[in-house]
Amino acid sequence: MRIGYFPGCSLLGSSREFDESVRALAGAIGLELVTVPDWNCCGASSAHVLDHKLSLALPARILAQAEAAGLDEVLAPCAACFNRLSSARAELDADPALRTEIAGILELPYQGRVRVVNVLEVLDRCQAELQARMVAPFQRKVACYYGCLLVRPPRVVAFDRPEDPQSMDRLLALAGAQPLDWNHKTECCGAAFSVTRTDLVARMSGRIVAGAAKAGAEAIVVACPMCHSNLDLRRSASNALTGADHQLPVLFITQALGLAMGLDPAALGLQRHLVPAGPVLSGAPALAPQPAARTRP
Amino acid sequence: MSRIGVFICHCGENIGGTVDCARVAEATRAVPGVVHSVDYKYMCSDPGQSMIKAAIAEHRLTGVVVAACSPRMHEPTFRNAVAEAGLNPYLCEMANLREHCSWVHEKGEPTTAKAIDLVRVMVEKVKRNQPLQPIQVPVTKRALVLGGGIAGIQAALDIANAGHPVVLVEKSPSIGGHMSQLSETFPTLDCSQCILTPRMVEAARHPNITLMTYAELESLSGFIGNFQATIRRKARQVDEKLCTGCGLCTTKCPNKKIPDAFNEGLSTRGAIYVPFPQAVPNKPVIDKLNCTFYKTGKCKLCEKLCPTGAIRFDQQDELVTLDVGAIVLATGFKLMGTDQFPEYGYGQYKDVIDGMQFERLASASGPTAGAMKRPSDGKPPETVVFVSCSGSRDRSKGVPYCSKICCMYTAKHAMLYKHKQHGGKAYVFYMDIRSCGKDYDEFVRRAIEEDDVAYIRGRVSRIYEQDGQLVVMGADTLQGGRPMVIKADMVVLATAVQSQEGSEALAQKLHVSYDPYHFFAEAHPKLKPVETNTAGIYLAGTCQAPRDIPETVAQASGAAAKVAALFAKSELTREPQVAVVNRQPPPVFSRCVGCFLCQSACAYQAIEQEQIKARDGSVIKTVARVNPGLCQGCGTCVATCRTKAIDIQGFSNEQIFAEIMTL
Amino acid sequence: MTEPFEPKITAFVCNWCTYAGADLTGTSRIKYQSNVRVLRLPCTGRIDFMLLAKAFARGADGIIISGCHPNDCHYTSGNYHARRRWMIYRNLMDFMGIDTGRITFSWVSAAEGAKWAELVNEVTTGIRAMGPYTEYKQLADAGVE
Repeated sequence: MRIGYFPGCSLLGSSREFDESVRALAGAIGLELVTVPDWNCCGASSAHVLDHKLSLALPARILAQAEAAGLDEVLAPCAACFNRLSSARAELDADPALRTEIAGILELPYQGRVRVVNVLEVLDRCQAELQARMVAPFQRKVACYYGCLLVRPPRVVAFDRPEDPQSMDRLLALAGAQPLDWNHKTECCGAAFSVTRTDLVARMSGRIVAGAAKAGAEAIVVACPMCHSNLDLRRSASNALTGADHQLPVLFITQALGLAMGLDPAALGLQRHLVPAGPVLSGAPALAPQPAARTRP
Repeated sequence: MSRIGVFICHCGENIGGTVDCARVAEATRAVPGVVHSVDYKYMCSDPGQSMIKAAIAEHRLTGVVVAACSPRMHEPTFRNAVAEAGLNPYLCEMANLREHCSWVHEKGEPTTAKAIDLVRVMVEKVKRNQPLQPIQVPVTKRALVLGGGIAGIQAALDIANAGHPVVLVEKSPSIGGHMSQLSETFPTLDCSQCILTPRMVEAARHPNITLMTYAELESLSGFIGNFQATIRRKARQVDEKLCTGCGLCTTKCPNKKIPDAFNEGLSTRGAIYVPFPQAVPNKPVIDKLNCTFYKTGKCKLCEKLCPTGAIRFDQQDELVTLDVGAIVLATGFKLMGTDQFPEYGYGQYKDVIDGMQFERLASASGPTAGAMKRPSDGKPPETVVFVSCSGSRDRSKGVPYCSKICCMYTAKHAMLYKHKQHGGKAYVFYMDIRSCGKDYDEFVRRAIEEDDVAYIRGRVSRIYEQDGQLVVMGADTLQGGRPMVIKADMVVLATAVQSQEGSEALAQKLHVSYDPYHFFAEAHPKLKPVETNTAGIYLAGTCQAPRDIPETVAQASGAAAKVAALFAKSELTREPQVAVVNRQPPPVFSRCVGCFLCQSACAYQAIEQEQIKARDGSVIKTVARVNPGLCQGCGTCVATCRTKAIDIQGFSNEQIFAEIMTL
Repeated sequence: MTEPFEPKITAFVCNWCTYAGADLTGTSRIKYQSNVRVLRLPCTGRIDFMLLAKAFARGADGIIISGCHPNDCHYTSGNYHARRRWMIYRNLMDFMGIDTGRITFSWVSAAEGAKWAELVNEVTTGIRAMGPYTEYKQLADAGVE
């Protein structure tokens, strides 16, 4: 199995462990990741706030490069990259004149043939391969946090239910975990206000962590570097604001699955988290008992 | 020898402003067979019609073409005028120069050329028109009303009081419909069942009304004045003649866990049940899907206990065929369920309910005897949030229209809640307040001013459950979009009014048009609101569009008036544009070879076989024959016939070929 | 100087749906190209496909046939008969060498005024691009008596 791979800026920077865990997992299940040659930043929030054509040209260039390299699909683990690539592709698909214009700006041919997928979709397809390698079931109660960009806008990303998504929950159930039914699956974490308005992020992410703790979670699992950053990196800020002392670790889905497959925690980058993941590694005692959690029948 | 008169109308500026009518008249004068060709400002007016009549006499016209608006508009007008002048009305045709020409094209040479073409086509057709006499058919003076809610009951009573027999068919075990589920009605806060049940009883006792409950329409054939309806009377498993309505069986049934649809799932009932205490008829029904006996073969306790031996487990459905002359459709509506709202919990939260569920809670004969109690734990709700426009006016939910009644019933619900829970807090999240009827806006003001209901203009984006309460996240747009988070004990969603289950299938059985939301279509939105495009079938109530009770009752009476008008004649005049099989002198007798392909093509079974016999009684040949009483004039048989032995009067092969040849 | 070619389009429509739909186009004042001439029939089921051959023989460059949507025929099944007939006749016409690309079969309901205009414009533009249907044009100048 092979698939195009677009790590994006965060995976090479502050969320290096996401890249490490994706590669480790891919290696374990025999999925070859072919990095898109000469890739560029997708534009993230900045481009679409400043200039419409720039916000289309940057993702289009990535897809054009992938097309030229003969790739049918590109995996973009970062939810924002996934969302920007999907949105740009959809917009150019609907407007042939715009497509020609952007191809002109890029000075590269762009046919719009390359499909964009996120990490949950790819893992969903590889359920058999994952199942076959489960050696150390991840027997923890987990709150799956999807954030905004993986499942919205529904018509563009066309992936899972926009309210109460289930794909991550299913994968963790496969890995032996107990995914919880909780209220903040798709509530905003504060996103890119992390730097400019850390107080907002502290409040909004704080709500999410509190909600997960209330539901009885032992860990929060995410599939987005921004979510991870706000829930993990900004934990001290959110704890300070609410006066709570939540120590719930935040894991990437690839890390949780990797642990269940017996991969080395260091290879999965678990040491990079600010909130220690130690308590949920196999063999470690469970966290203090939580009140009875509400589960999906 | 044709003597055709052509009358070209300007229709004020509607035609005259775009088409050069004088030139059309002039060009038409040159067509062989046309002896008179004029143009005039308003042909349909009195002077215009007089002009036509005078011309018929003066020029001894054998045919008339009025080139004006669409025949769908004024064909009857001009045919009447022509008839008054002594010419057969079927020798008058119209050329459509307005809807199909002047209104859709720019002024100029091509448009006038087109107008000339259209007139010439109709001239050639009319030269080949035959004088026809209208066909008289008898009218069956019995009405069929489908649906036993307030609309059906009102229509049935009005038709019955006009002196005609009515069959009222209702698919649930009792008549009454949604109105019987309501607690109080706006704007008077009248008890709904108190005003409805007298009507229900009147309908049951009326000598002219035959009630068929727990019954549905199986099939329909025929046409206006002459329908044959087959009704399936589903088996109640109870002999209605023996049953006294004592109710013993319903209290003793051991299987009591079935969700009660009348109480919208807020309580349970037994497998043998009467839908509600005031049901008409007050006879129980066995729910075969859930009855222990039908599932496992054991029980039959009701049969053992019944003092009159009325339970009949072997009873079968009965099919009844009726002759009726008119049908009133009054099949009502359904409410969108709370499970259609992922953002409000997918219908999982017990305390997020819809408007009808609230009615049952508020009703004195409901599951809580009218006390405000939360479905989840029975505690009284201290804070209730009402969400208007849940699903309505929302393209993403597939309902772009307004459901009309929700603003009013939400105000009513908030008031009822406050009347029962004096210390409680009520919030209404709204987009607009649509309170357009008599005393309606005053009613809403009462809720706000007297009952202290807090109206917040904004929508609710999310509801979730936490610590036994519902967290409602909305916004207040009159305060700059300020986010509002309310912790409520109960939430009532004013969900969208949608078409009744099975509407599409019913419409197709009846050949009635329907809109994309499966509401039945009226013949004209302004001028024919109670008729459908299918002659003889009328509409009443919410099956056509969302509306409240006063409008439903008014419309039902309107439909009844149409039926009474239809029944006021003893015979119905039908258009004579029907098919006719060729007959010729011997030895051919008919071009028809007796293949009867036409018979299988006819959707109305209007074609029969006819034997042509010699004087000694021996059969020479068997040919097709059209029953003019049944033929609808579609012409499918004409196109199917291989020997061109069958033709339609008014759209004959000769006429259509002539029209084509003109172009 | 030759005039630019303007195609002649003959339309066979049913009274209950398409004719009414075309009336609605008029009432809504939606403009469309004026090349089309509408012939009213009670139902598309009435259409004998020899009528089409006649229309071509008389110089039509394009033909439109339009009726009620399937399941909504005012006469229940007339449009089904028309559709079935069309399937067979299309094969026959192809075999005989008639350009079936010049015939458009459509469903336009009484509520679809805009669709009628769109259909007429699309067909007219298409036929104009195809050019005159010279194989069939007769130079008949005689009248029809």
